[in-house]
Amino acid sequence: MSGVHVTTTVNGDPVEFVCPADESLLDVLRDRLGLTGAKEGCGTGDCGACSITLDGQLVCSCLVLGAEAEGKKITTVEGMADGENLHPLQRQFIDNAALQCGICTPGFLIAAKALLDKNPDPSVEEIRYALAGNLCRCTGYDKIVRAVQAAAKDLQKQNRK
Amino acid sequence: MQVGLSGPLRAAANGEASINIEAETIRELLNHLLERYPAMQQHMDIGIAVSIDGAIYRDNWATRIPEGSEVFLLPRIAGG
Amino acid sequence: MQHDQKYTGQDFKVVGTRPNRPDGIDKVTGRARYGADMSAPGQLVGLMLRSPHAHAKIVKIDTSRAEKLAGVKAVLTSADLPDLTNGNAGDYATLENCMARDRALYDGHAVAAVAAIDKSTAKKALKLIKVTYEKLPHVTDVDEALKKGAPQIQPACDGNLGGRYEFGHGDIEAGLKEADVVIEKSFKTGQTHQGYIEPHACLATVGPDGSGELWVTTQGHFTYRNVCATLLGMDIAKLKVTSSEIGGGFGGKTHVWIEPVALALARKANRPVKMVMSREEVFKGSGPTCASSMDVKIGAKKDGTITSAFIECRYSDGAFPGIWGMLGGMTAWACYDLKNCKSVGVDVLVNRPKVAAYRAPSAPMMAFGVESTMDMLAKELDMDPVQLRLKNVAREGTQSSYGPVYGPIGIEPTLEAVRDHPHMKAPLGKNQGRGMACGFWFNIGGQTCSDLNIGVDGTVNLTVGTIDVGGARASLSLIAAEELGISYDDVKTTIGDTNSLGHNDTTEGSRGTFSSGMATIFAAREAIEVMKGRAAQMWGIPVEAVSWENGHAVATGAEHGNLPPLSLKEIAAESPKTGGPIAGHHEVTADGSGVSFASHIVDVEVDPETGRTQVLRYTVVQDAGKAIHPDYVEGQFQGGAAQGIGWALNEEYIYGEDGCLQNAGFLDYRIPVCSDLPFIDTKILEIPNPNHPYGIRGVGETSIVPPLAAIGNAVSNAVGVRLNQVPMSPPRILKALEDA
Repeated sequence: MSGVHVTTTVNGDPVEFVCPADESLLDVLRDRLGLTGAKEGCGTGDCGACSITLDGQLVCSCLVLGAEAEGKKITTVEGMADGENLHPLQRQFIDNAALQCGICTPGFLIAAKALLDKNPDPSVEEIRYALAGNLCRCTGYDKIVRAVQAAAKDLQKQNRK
Repeated sequence: MQVGLSGPLRAAANGEASINIEAETIRELLNHLLERYPAMQQHMDIGIAVSIDGAIYRDNWATRIPEGSEVFLLPRIAGG
Repeated sequence: MQHDQKYTGQDFKVVGTRPNRPDGIDKVTGRARYGADMSAPGQLVGLMLRSPHAHAKIVKIDTSRAEKLAGVKAVLTSADLPDLTNGNAGDYATLENCMARDRALYDGHAVAAVAAIDKSTAKKALKLIKVTYEKLPHVTDVDEALKKGAPQIQPACDGNLGGRYEFGHGDIEAGLKEADVVIEKSFKTGQTHQGYIEPHACLATVGPDGSGELWVTTQGHFTYRNVCATLLGMDIAKLKVTSSEIGGGFGGKTHVWIEPVALALARKANRPVKMVMSREEVFKGSGPTCASSMDVKIGAKKDGTITSAFIECRYSDGAFPGIWGMLGGMTAWACYDLKNCKSVGVDVLVNRPKVAAYRAPSAPMMAFGVESTMDMLAKELDMDPVQLRLKNVAREGTQSSYGPVYGPIGIEPTLEAVRDHPHMKAPLGKNQGRGMACGFWFNIGGQTCSDLNIGVDGTVNLTVGTIDVGGARASLSLIAAEELGISYDDVKTTIGDTNSLGHNDTTEGSRGTFSSGMATIFAAREAIEVMKGRAAQMWGIPVEAVSWENGHAVATGAEHGNLPPLSLKEIAAESPKTGGPIAGHHEVTADGSGVSFASHIVDVEVDPETGRTQVLRYTVVQDAGKAIHPDYVEGQFQGGAAQGIGWALNEEYIYGEDGCLQNAGFLDYRIPVCSDLPFIDTKILEIPNPNHPYGIRGVGETSIVPPLAAIGNAVSNAVGVRLNQVPMSPPRILKALEDA
């Protein structure tokens, strides 16, 4: 199979890769670029474990072709922390024990960040519906919702400064 | 001492709900049990747990059985 | 060294606090490595070919075209997996389940496998394997399977009866004669899957010298090692199994599925092979829990005293006999003090996947029948459902329905906490109802081995062999810190591979923190003995004059009492000169696990137009024995409740007339999402287990037991219909409302 040459940006870095035309962006990230933070829980867009943003848009990377990343800006969980400083969402997920096995955590963090970027002060209901595309089987979502609420407060404080 | 048997183990002991066995350890208890009821072997293969005063012992056959304690034999339990 | 494992009632300094978990940063930054996240140079992609039929004779498998495809390095059928199980029926069932032999026994049963240079080549190769099937009649329903003339699944069994297990005491017929009221009802539960988000995945390497390595997502890497070595004829010591981070298990990762096949492919190709299940394969080819069908009969006096209690529950084990009916039979009436009780658990074979454990395996089904019928009895007697349960509750000294007499147990305190909880008094609106139910699970112990090493700076490496799904490393670090008298931050806990520790049983039965906690306490105490000796050396006094207090060696007695205490750090710093590294090590069969009870409260609102049920409020009350890290105890309570809610309202394997699974994906097998659930309140009770030094019971499973009945009771109180089948999906609720 002839490959497609793709020029893109991943977490701020220029990246080039060649992939078969039918290969998902998730497989490209994981198998070609070594970014295994995005997980495959279903491969059909139902679980959200592979969530990333593409030009700021929240997507399931299993439903996007690698070739579609041409010229776009990709953000994955590996790009959330600023050097050694964790993003407030990452910090609050740890502080609130919002993860057990942690396989869904990268997807939740990306989806929650996409929410807070658009809506800095979401209600509990808005959080629950914004995260309804991400499955967690361990926590019952209780501590995840609390962590997102706490991170929203942190970000509001940060932005006031 | 009297040793209680749970449902599936009763069948192997000719239907007895409780039997009298002298034993100081779980190993002695199970050995005597097998001598008396060879049909117990199939349950031993799967695993037998011993409840001593309500605490369940699955594997440690050297465990001593204190005098006067309540002893009950159960099938081995698994979990999720 | 023998240690006393009795609970001492000590005051804790760090146990019971809520520090951050040691694997948190790895898991929020994407650095944590799960089953599918590891790669090896030259690795191949392994894929499985699965039966499209519910039951079929495998007449012939022609692999010749697949083998000739460029890039294919190995093709495998059952012919490559000779029976080395030496007459062990359990091992043989595992072998046959990993790769069908003469017959495919369910839709999704593996029949062949390939390893190729990439995924697309492996997919092409699967299409080139030609399997000639001869379809056989099938049966997927548990009650149908027991009927005369049903297609027989295992020739060695009596029809499709895998086993029948009776428990109980007294005389239920005599008890019925004493009863003023008798309630009789039949119930069914759908087959559910553990639904861990991480599919099964492994990376296998086997060299021509018979040495191999397996990186795998598992709840028990030592068990996987032993089973794989047995099935493949390898030496246990030559197969090193490393457990990856695990993306959920709930019992489903206690058994091998693809792993022996990945190793066999790797051996045949002499190249590393990575196998990762798709979600469809997880649903079809791993091990869900049983569907069930049951009959319940309770007799009671007017004052609520239960005089007779009977349940028979038939469990669908899939295509291989299991112990699921037996486990269910033991749990059925465990919450109650009954003069006459009987429970029968029946294991039934059907053409469905081989069942694996799922969180308190078999208990939720029996609890659905028992706790629903208890509420029907309360209604009949015009009694408060909590009072009815308290009237019959099991206590210390009660003979349990499964045999032994209980020690100190927590069912009565959980019921009292429910009775007194503000949730019980909160107002309810139209079409809203409140329900409660109780649940029981045993918890287990088992073989455990921990290793504790102290560095020259006084920081501590704790290595354990029970895998950590939900925060156990944090709990075990707390325990080591407590015992040694140092800070939590000075302990680093890791999960050792199979080459670095003695055998550890699988993390199942809520045993992780109970067992490894016990081994860690004793390993720390052994290290303390070493440190007392080193301190004695440093002081030049007899070791008998040294005691250990708050992380320090203290010289005792009039002669030495004026010596300033030596801290762990000071002793560690001198260790190169006082005899070398300081370590503690302990192996134990951790027996004496404590049984666990929970009572749940739930409010629901039922939409009479659509039949949809929304959970409005949920409260879990459970006895933890001792909550080492309360955040993760709450997490277990909440997660189990959420899984139970899914089981109660949505989740179910749906089979077609053709015996094939129709909803093998998360879109159609819908587990609860964030917007389906409310916050889940928790109340941790601590009734210490007398047989653990810290009073630990185990907390992982019981919380999935009460929700099915609690929600059924709430629905009944909301709209006046009693659902006798889960999931209580909108069509079933609508039908019940129409029939009412």
